[in-house]
Amino acid sequence: MTHGKTICVRDLATARSGDKGNHANIGVFANDEDSYGILCSRLTAVRVQTHFQELGVTRVERYELPKVLVLNFVLYDALAGGASRSLRIDTQGKLLGTSLLDLTFHANAWEENDQ
Amino acid sequence: MSKLVRIANGAGFLGDWLDAPRRLVERATVDYLTIEHLAELTMSILARQREKDPAAGYAEDFLDILRSLTPALKAQPQLKIVANSGGMNPPACVRAVARILSEAGLGGTAIGCVSGDDLLPRMDELMAQGCEFANVDTGARLAGIPQGALVSPASAPRSPTPQSEIRNLKSEIVSANAYLGARPIADALAAGARIVITGRVADASLTVGPATHEFGWRWDDWDKLAAASVAGHLIECGAQVTGGYNVDWQGFDLTDVGYPIAELAADGNAVITKPPGTGGAVTRRTVAEQLVYEIGDPRHYLTPDVDCDFTTVEIADQASDRVRVSGGTGRPATDTYKVSLAYRDGWMASGTLLVYGHDCREKAEACGRIILKRCELAGYPLARTNVELLGFGGGVPGAWFWRKYQTPGELVLRVTAHDLRREAVECFARQFAPLVTSGPAGLAGYAAGRPLVRPVYAYWPTLVPKSLVTPQVDVRPAKEWCA
Repeated sequence: MTHGKTICVRDLATARSGDKGNHANIGVFANDEDSYGILCSRLTAVRVQTHFQELGVTRVERYELPKVLVLNFVLYDALAGGASRSLRIDTQGKLLGTSLLDLTFHANAWEENDQ
Repeated sequence: MSKLVRIANGAGFLGDWLDAPRRLVERATVDYLTIEHLAELTMSILARQREKDPAAGYAEDFLDILRSLTPALKAQPQLKIVANSGGMNPPACVRAVARILSEAGLGGTAIGCVSGDDLLPRMDELMAQGCEFANVDTGARLAGIPQGALVSPASAPRSPTPQSEIRNLKSEIVSANAYLGARPIADALAAGARIVITGRVADASLTVGPATHEFGWRWDDWDKLAAASVAGHLIECGAQVTGGYNVDWQGFDLTDVGYPIAELAADGNAVITKPPGTGGAVTRRTVAEQLVYEIGDPRHYLTPDVDCDFTTVEIADQASDRVRVSGGTGRPATDTYKVSLAYRDGWMASGTLLVYGHDCREKAEACGRIILKRCELAGYPLARTNVELLGFGGGVPGAWFWRKYQTPGELVLRVTAHDLRREAVECFARQFAPLVTSGPAGLAGYAAGRPLVRPVYAYWPTLVPKSLVTPQVDVRPAKEWCA
């Protein structure tokens, strides 16, 4: 699976994340229209949920803002109790955006980046 | 040229850069400086302070900020300040502010106090009127809060909440505040206030209030209220829209980052900018990322003032560090206020140790096990615990690509525990130092001392009908507030 071109979300976009109670959101801002198109077709809610499954995310909702080239992902129950009750160092999901940028895919299919 | 109102933000949370407001007004002429001091859980912390001292419970950082601003208040007659720094005790904050202004020779300054958001003294009355304060996330009723500390450890958050373990925690509530809107702020300004201090007010309303006052909008000018809410949302987190929290952090120097200014036009559309000669940057990227920061459905960004649609917003570069934001649209506001409620939920502590050596991963895991097992031996099995290996992918469990890399030669072990029993968490906090002599070799970091045991306030997002909440506005000169 090493043949073909590998692209990282980091090559297409930037991101930032934050908390809303026990949920987190990640805003992904595409570098240009082409990148936005690729992200729309490849960076699905299911793919994002898989990336963060060990956090206990119960559902991921993806919202599109085409006028500003932004995808907004809401990760339900991602924060293990939220800012006050979370036992994690990242109580507010501040690292999730940076982590999402590590996702990589090959020319034709998303591929697990950590196997 | 048609009228512009320049609204700046000098703080995005309680604890933000204290010099930022002064540096902002020294290098840019603005009409309003807003200060946003209240995150979701700040109110419960302030509530605890008020329990201990009836004259406390507001953001005392604001007093330092105000002292730094008195020269600007004297030199810039147009400058007004709107701050939610009143927290759990707006009148006490106003009196402290009035003393500072009077001592600085500004005793004639009119100060507005906005309150009425504090529902804690009214909980019985409101529940008697049918308010169930159901959790907007879970649907659970307040009378049946799950026994939080005994469910779903962080390491296995998917385990369901046992519905049998229920406690009625109405008596455990430490704070309950309605998010008031822009209207009482505009009313205070209309009554002549130069400084407006509020309790819990929606962040965006700190901008919408001055804008509505200046432009004379009606409270059903939904598109204008929405457009101004977009601007308010963009600047409410301070430097996050001017280059802070950016993954492209190497693109500019953040040391002297400029805090944001929204130049609003009469239709509510705005240019986001920052003082000239400051660090950071305002670009389509910094603005677009901040547009969706900590939001849910972008078609319905709900504030007390309006139901905003962010999907109609357009963002365009206008000039260097000037980005035009337009097209926000609105629908009628809902008939409820969001309420931020917090209840006591036991105690928590976190301890860290640096673990060094080729075997640091296994060694750190072993130390974590020893710490928790010794708590059990002492008779304190802990309700929720978490062991993190920082430096080895612990920041986002399971999601990093660290498995590609070799084990590092050192990492930070972090162990956290949460329990309803304070003595159990205190027992946990005592288990770190003994590892000096009774743990493996290669540990450091004991000098930080025993981990602090702190109370936990769990967050309970809920709603209250607007008809049951009456915002209070009181405007008087500083010297009268002192009396």
